[in-house]
Amino acid sequence: MGTRVVRVEDPRLLTTGGTYTDDLREPELTGAAYVTFVRSPYAHARITGVDVSAARGVPGVVEVLTGQDTDDLPAPADGNPTAEPMLAKDAVRYVGEPVALVVTDGRYQGEDAADLVTVEYEPLPPVVDLEDALRGETLLFPESGSNVLAAAQDEGAGDDAFAACEVVVEHTIVNQRVAPVPLETRAAAAAWAHDRLTVWVSTQNAHWARDAVAGGLGIDPSAVRVITPDVGGGFGAKIGADREGVAVAWAAKRTGRPVRWVETRSENLVGMTHGRGQRQTFKIGGTRDGRITAYRLDLVQDAGAYPRMATLLATLTKSMASGVYDIPHVEAYFQVAATNTTPVAAYRGAGRPEATAAIERAVDMFAAEIGMDPREVRRRNFIAPDKFPHTTPGGMEYDTGEYAAALDRVLAAAGYDELRAEQARRREAGDPVQLGIGLSAYVEITGGVPEIGETARLVVHDDGTVTVLTGSSPHGQGHATAWAMLVHDELGIPMDKITVRHGDTDAIPVGIGTFGSRSLQLGGTAVHQAALEVKERAKELAADELEADKADLEFDTADGLWRVRGTPDIGLDWGRLAQLAGSDGLAADVHFTSDKSTFPFGAHVAVVEVDAETGKVRLVRHVTVDDAGPVLNPVLAEGQRQGGIAQGAAQALLEEVLYDAQGNPVTSTLVDYPFITATELPSFELVDMATPTPLNPLGVKGIGEAGTIGATPAVQNAVVDAVSHLGVRHIDMPTTPERVWTAINEARTGQ
Amino acid sequence: MIPATFTYRRAESADHAVVLVGEHGDEAKLLAGGHSLLPLMKLRLAVPEVVVDIGRVRELSFIRDLGDQVAIGALTRHHDLENSALLARELPLLAHAAGQVGDPQVRHRGTIGGSLAHGDPASDLPAVVLALEATLVARGPNGTREIAAADFYRGLFETALEPDELLTEVRVPKPAGAGWSFQKFTKRAIDWAIVGVAAQGDKVALVNMGPTPLRATAVERALADGASVEDAAQRAAEGTEPPADLNAGPAFREHLARVLVRRALEESRA
Amino acid sequence: MKVTITVNGEQIQDDVEDRTLLVHFLRDGANLTATNIGCDTTSCGACTVLLDGESVKSCTVLAAQADGAEVTTVEGLAGPDGELHPMQRAFQAEHGLQCGFCTPGMVMAAVSLLKENPHPTEQQVRVGLEGNLCRCTGYHNIVRAVLAAAAEEEGA
Repeated sequence: MGTRVVRVEDPRLLTTGGTYTDDLREPELTGAAYVTFVRSPYAHARITGVDVSAARGVPGVVEVLTGQDTDDLPAPADGNPTAEPMLAKDAVRYVGEPVALVVTDGRYQGEDAADLVTVEYEPLPPVVDLEDALRGETLLFPESGSNVLAAAQDEGAGDDAFAACEVVVEHTIVNQRVAPVPLETRAAAAAWAHDRLTVWVSTQNAHWARDAVAGGLGIDPSAVRVITPDVGGGFGAKIGADREGVAVAWAAKRTGRPVRWVETRSENLVGMTHGRGQRQTFKIGGTRDGRITAYRLDLVQDAGAYPRMATLLATLTKSMASGVYDIPHVEAYFQVAATNTTPVAAYRGAGRPEATAAIERAVDMFAAEIGMDPREVRRRNFIAPDKFPHTTPGGMEYDTGEYAAALDRVLAAAGYDELRAEQARRREAGDPVQLGIGLSAYVEITGGVPEIGETARLVVHDDGTVTVLTGSSPHGQGHATAWAMLVHDELGIPMDKITVRHGDTDAIPVGIGTFGSRSLQLGGTAVHQAALEVKERAKELAADELEADKADLEFDTADGLWRVRGTPDIGLDWGRLAQLAGSDGLAADVHFTSDKSTFPFGAHVAVVEVDAETGKVRLVRHVTVDDAGPVLNPVLAEGQRQGGIAQGAAQALLEEVLYDAQGNPVTSTLVDYPFITATELPSFELVDMATPTPLNPLGVKGIGEAGTIGATPAVQNAVVDAVSHLGVRHIDMPTTPERVWTAINEARTGQ
Repeated sequence: MIPATFTYRRAESADHAVVLVGEHGDEAKLLAGGHSLLPLMKLRLAVPEVVVDIGRVRELSFIRDLGDQVAIGALTRHHDLENSALLARELPLLAHAAGQVGDPQVRHRGTIGGSLAHGDPASDLPAVVLALEATLVARGPNGTREIAAADFYRGLFETALEPDELLTEVRVPKPAGAGWSFQKFTKRAIDWAIVGVAAQGDKVALVNMGPTPLRATAVERALADGASVEDAAQRAAEGTEPPADLNAGPAFREHLARVLVRRALEESRA
Repeated sequence: MKVTITVNGEQIQDDVEDRTLLVHFLRDGANLTATNIGCDTTSCGACTVLLDGESVKSCTVLAAQADGAEVTTVEGLAGPDGELHPMQRAFQAEHGLQCGFCTPGMVMAAVSLLKENPHPTEQQVRVGLEGNLCRCTGYHNIVRAVLAAAAEEEGA
């Protein structure tokens, strides 16, 4: 634990570029045809006719399939009125919804042929805005009677709690819709042979992709093998397999020909799920000396056109509403509303960044209202270290936390008092470039359904090498390095003799995958435990072979040899022990589960410069404490934090998915969607802190999403802070130049 | 995404290009570096039947000192403008602005002629040649003609070039030692300007403040009348028709124009 | 049309449609799949290769435009004995890649950057990589890697 180890994955990625789905040259895919989807240009319309004859007439077209061809597929369970079809048949509910697919011999023929599929639509009024959705004049799913897909509220409305407050601040803010934009778009390939499907898909979890394909096609999961090649990023948007992935598998089965598909970025920005998308109204109240006594969060989650994971996101936001604060009265409500937009699902943090963004803005606005330093308000309201494990009003059981220590540490590293002095100096001087200092303190929930756990199989081979088969599913996190370190730590086997395999449902029958910052705490623990089990079995084998008592055996991790105490010259190595294990093999299978989630926490300080004349914001420093327990490999943990910070800052500063009033996406290319670049970011300053959890033997929590969760509110708070002396109380994200300028103007003119 | 099918023709010389374009008329598009045209073709917003590649016409890639002016071949790449010692000395505004176009990869391919002929009001170099009062040289079936930069831009993506004409050269008078400034306001460094200002002495041109690049004539008049920089800059949005898009509405653009013109004039006079 | 391009020192000839993009010539024609496609709009830089020694986005160059030219992809960067290029080494040492998808383009852009400016500041590296997007690293370690490679080349 704790050693800086560079990644074993990298030489391959740096020389051959790895093997992503579109790079596959497997024999089974020889002569594969190309799938291109025909997508809806309307946000909401009835399909009144589809004419595929022109497309069929194009040379190179193998097949054209539409919703009419899907009748042999299983109907949605229980006649679910909001079920998402594989190809839209009767109606389309967002621009980009797949309506048909063409299969062509050549890559370039696909777009040409797709252009020739004629679909007749009868446009329906689009529901774009959350207000329109809640009003319900037009319903996406008339049979369900409402656009509200789900709703929840806490018991006991708390107006009494607020009535007792000296100060109450209420505000409605937007946690805008953003696009995950993994650099590799979605991709899949499939081959049908001998009554079995092999599907290669860019996914965060092969097994869920297998179940999606099997369920979608109505075939037994054992008839589907899913293989995960290299995956070029997921960020929550590649969990399982989307309808397109299922359709690709279906096309292979229908045509009997191997097929492949990779979407364009323009398709990706409308076809891949988006993240966030909440309108949040908070009410925060307390005393003039900074004690927060009541908090209410009332949110509307934009689900997009189909339910997907939106209710889960809203539930997580609701559960985590009170964050790191010990607030006597907390209540949270949500409604999940369907709109004629791309479906919303997980994006790095998935529900927790939204909770943190709301409470951290609320705390800052409360601090501004009572004229107290936001640092001080936070310090006065943290859940104290002696209160753990701590059950929140939202019903979350926080395992361990040192919230005040995290904030103090990050403030010290940032030089908070000096920053405030510099800010005062610039304000005094009327400098056109003002300084803003933003804080956030966060706690989040990780483990992604820890009850279903994660699997590991560890096999020691006769030549002393090891294979680890993991149910977890890396797409950049560095599992091959981390898992090898865990094995090396216990078995002393050199890293280069350890092979980590993942993402093949035939080789690994049970697995869950990577999301919710679950890999190390569940999958890593499973590997660790498998190593311990192998070690225990090895001890028995060594005792037999060396005719010694187990208690007299010693294992040296430095040279990987088993010896009898006092006889240093005779040692058994792992290869020998594997041979001794005979046909049983020297192996262990572990499925580690945990009945509780872990709760990483931290604190961020963002420093921005805001050009008060133009509204342009520059993030100049970002300092963080992200405490996810002990760190296995700082190289990897820091990488997760840095990437997360950038994504969090991107939401605060730049990124937003936008639609026009007709539901047409207007940010569907990377020219229009302002993906953050190197020039908009500083180098990050990371401060270490490690508070272990008792919930797994490694003591680790999840680090994958922490940076994003902490960064967004810190940066947003910094932007508001920079212009707060001009009377600005809040600026919605993204804090674009025009928004900042408008906020300053409105504050000046007293609007 | 990939372009719709087209026929590729390669021009071996400027005259050959004129012949090829003449053969195909409206159905042909000239391809220089390709960084304006190919993205549009991939999105199928442009579907020419014939693409005439002039990228190898070496005779149109040059930067020459003609004494009182500098002649720049239309196929001179942004990268070459950015790194030209001659331009750094004589036309630092142009060299600097060329270094702000797109990103390094784009500057390795994109050319001044392509950028000027595309007629995008959000592009940097059209405003620069306006401020520098350059002359553009076009070649067509009937020979060569010169067009003042001020007369070149006719409307959104519309220039004075005839469909069978090829932009061959840009002639820029050497400014008499006047200061310069280029202010490009973007959300991200790689973005097109939300508003841009090119100033050479008291000549000021605006990026993305209307359907064409344009001179800030009210500012220039005010300066000529002896107004202060502060006061002259207040007139930066006069006579403009700024667009509304994802990045900014017209009011914010007008405000930016005033701020950026003031900063440009302050910098160019410093 | 017939197009001949020298890719990583090897002459590759292919009969392609006129509209073939250089990136597809490399991936589908030359079977060199390291060069990736991440967008449609010349924005992301994942397809960056060296064309006659300079970085370009191969999704915005026709194969026909590159006819007769020399192209270097990340597959051609290591030495003949497999020894990694200093930039490749630096990306590993500084953890400048996670999912790896932007990496071939990022590395080629960085190689071109140092060729034109062997001693860049941090800010010059950031500006020099403005045409290459990465979603995983927050660019932090990419910038470190390029600076480390510059330092190494200077020391060599």
